[in-house]
Amino acid sequence: MGALLEIQNLTKAFHGVPVLRGVSFKIQPGGITGLAGGNGAGKSTLMNLVGGNLRPDSGVMRLDGQVYEPANSAAAARAGISFVHQELNLFPNLTLAENLFLTDFPTRGFWISRSALSRQAAVLLAKVGLAYPPDLPLERLTPGERQLVEIAKALHGRPNLIILDEPTTSLSPPECERLFKLVRALQAEGCAFVFISHALGDVLRLCDHILVLRDGAVADQGAAKDFNIARLVTSMAGREVRQLFPERAERTVNAEVLLEVRGINQPGVVRDISFTLRRGEILGLSGLMGAGRTELAGLLFGLTPHRSGEIFLNGKKLRGGPRPRIRAGMALLTESRGEDGICAGASVNDNILLATLPAHARGPLGWLSSARLKPVVSDVSESVHLQTKRQGGEPIRRLSGGNQQKAVLARWLLAKPQVLILDEPTRGIDAAAKFEIYQLILALAAAGTGVILISSEQEELLALSDRILVMSRGRLSGEFVRPDFNPELLLRAALAHHHSNPEVPA
Amino acid sequence: MKRAALLLLDHAVVVLFAGVLLIFGFLAPGFLSWASLGNLLIQSSPTAILAVGMTFVLMVAGVDLSVGAAMAVAAAVAGKMMLGGWSMPLALGAMLLIGTACGLINGLLVTRLKIAAFIATLGTLWLGRGCALWITETRAMNLPDSFLHLGSSRLFGIPLPGIVCAMVLAAGHFLLERTPFGRQLRATGHSAEAAAKAGINVRRLLTIAYVICGLCAALGGILALAQLGAVSPKFGLNREFAAIAAAVLGGTSLFGGRGSVFPGSLLGAALIQSVENGLVAINANPYLYPVVTSAVIFLAVLLDTLRQRFRAGMTRQIFQETESEANSAAVT
Repeated sequence: MGALLEIQNLTKAFHGVPVLRGVSFKIQPGGITGLAGGNGAGKSTLMNLVGGNLRPDSGVMRLDGQVYEPANSAAAARAGISFVHQELNLFPNLTLAENLFLTDFPTRGFWISRSALSRQAAVLLAKVGLAYPPDLPLERLTPGERQLVEIAKALHGRPNLIILDEPTTSLSPPECERLFKLVRALQAEGCAFVFISHALGDVLRLCDHILVLRDGAVADQGAAKDFNIARLVTSMAGREVRQLFPERAERTVNAEVLLEVRGINQPGVVRDISFTLRRGEILGLSGLMGAGRTELAGLLFGLTPHRSGEIFLNGKKLRGGPRPRIRAGMALLTESRGEDGICAGASVNDNILLATLPAHARGPLGWLSSARLKPVVSDVSESVHLQTKRQGGEPIRRLSGGNQQKAVLARWLLAKPQVLILDEPTRGIDAAAKFEIYQLILALAAAGTGVILISSEQEELLALSDRILVMSRGRLSGEFVRPDFNPELLLRAALAHHHSNPEVPA
Repeated sequence: MKRAALLLLDHAVVVLFAGVLLIFGFLAPGFLSWASLGNLLIQSSPTAILAVGMTFVLMVAGVDLSVGAAMAVAAAVAGKMMLGGWSMPLALGAMLLIGTACGLINGLLVTRLKIAAFIATLGTLWLGRGCALWITETRAMNLPDSFLHLGSSRLFGIPLPGIVCAMVLAAGHFLLERTPFGRQLRATGHSAEAAAKAGINVRRLLTIAYVICGLCAALGGILALAQLGAVSPKFGLNREFAAIAAAVLGGTSLFGGRGSVFPGSLLGAALIQSVENGLVAINANPYLYPVVTSAVIFLAVLLDTLRQRFRAGMTRQIFQETESEANSAAVT
């Protein structure tokens, strides 16, 4: 059987910095190829070349044996290659049908043919298993359903190959299952996939073939059945990583209560939440997407109001927005780093100093002295192992995701918080950087900080937490104290209160 | 509950319109007569047409402050032409051409030079005002009677301005709702970046939106001129605010991506006109007019902000509570 797509010795450099250094591989028709690699390994660049968004410096791509040189993504789509990007490119103010056919409306003369639009949209929606009327506004759909709409859009061009870039990051486990089922169904119809993901378990489960990139070159490839997590991580990191998580020193949590939450309610968001956080404790917060964990974090930090209930920090009741809470010793590392975690255009150092500038101001006018700030920044940068090129003078957006996250962590370390809320601190970060962030979290807790850790990666919670609270539909549905952690019981608690799961005991 | 509030906010213009009619009808007998209401619609047709054009620009999260100035330049040139012996159709054609050109300039400033729409059109507002003063030499020009006849003539018993207004509304509505261009415009208003990624030619789309706005400014100018019969240096002054207020009152969002030409823009324009007419009918102090008009503009923007907040608030709720859950909440 001839290869669907054959790539030979592809190279690409940006501003003289090589990103791909001669990559060769083949994709078989109807195969699912998993593409793994750390941040900056060249996964996105490689797929942007295949998807027509970039052009290679050298090397050849062959599609069905013919030389394939797409000029743009539209040309790639015509050749049968569709790219579903990580950030969905959909419009909530338009209908499902309009989203599907935005650049390719069926028309009758000058006008949109609404009957044809509706009919064709219904066919595509049925293919991805969405039973909604085509004229429903997209804003009524959940993130997972929107992902399916994006795939329906890709199917419109009758592709032979669909590239899925991190499709599962915003999906709940049932939505993931639905997506995987769809991918397998489309595979049975002969469509090939490239599946890019940091969720290595998903890669192993879904794919037939695995390709690992490291530093712009193929580090490892082979049939998925010959891979396991350890081999994947080893090839990605390029050295034997003995374990994914740092050793957790046996320790007992100080009995002193730091944060107390009493009966918090906010309709449609959280219901009857009460818990305590002790000094030096790492409190994991588990639950499905949309269980209300991020919303609870925003509420604790004063970003959004709550209707009833009280929060006490060191016995003092918290009021008002984030500023008094930061002064009282609270810090929040937000879930979406790019949107509300960093000021992308500002320098790394400015980002690090953002929350604590007033504390460094001197004199009646509040002058800032760069001589005084420099050691402050370099000390904290060193403590989080931050790697920058120009001593942190470059815009933070030029850093890799892992280094951006370390910079944001450094920002909150400077504030010396007593309570640190971490919302998905390792999302979209490569394994090596993850490891360093885990070490930091453990060190902070050992030094007495109370940490609330929100994570969708269960292993992460199991490895780091002293205690895990589970949320489901805005309520607390389970509490587990180390060492009595049980993944299955955690999942059951997370599924409680879901009306679609009556068989799961609450 | 929130859905009901949003529904009310989305149709606030209807409620307000009814309220204004009732209040003035109560204060000034005769305000609610058929003749007076018919007059109201005819009088509001220039603003309605401006609002249609403005809807296209607001839809892409832009704004055009220069529509009043474009009206003035077009009217000044047409006035000079007609007093210089040119025929009316030529003068009208020149007006439309000038309006289109003004829109094109705005569109190019915004898309090619990347100047923020607010600043770019503020610049062309002053440019246009200056040109109008220069062309008219700050003097009023009385137009030939043929122009006034245009405003009062009827076709099948319907006043010509009403017919023009209806045609513009219909064209605008179908362009926005039933063509690929209109739907892509809506998408671009939600996110220009996402639209570009989807393969939409955003620059061309934005330019066309400004051209449509300029063309509507000229058309609205023709109707206003036909009602006045004279070009004054102050012709079209501050009409941009009436146009923006009418469009926003009619449900078009200043944040882009949401809104409609019909019935939104028409009702918004009629609401503003009825306030102006009502103030005349009750013999209000003329110095109060700007105060009331500004209140209308604030109200329009407030409504838009409230709508936006409500939408955001509704998505912030991450799951729909069932009835039993809501009841148990009432107990706790």
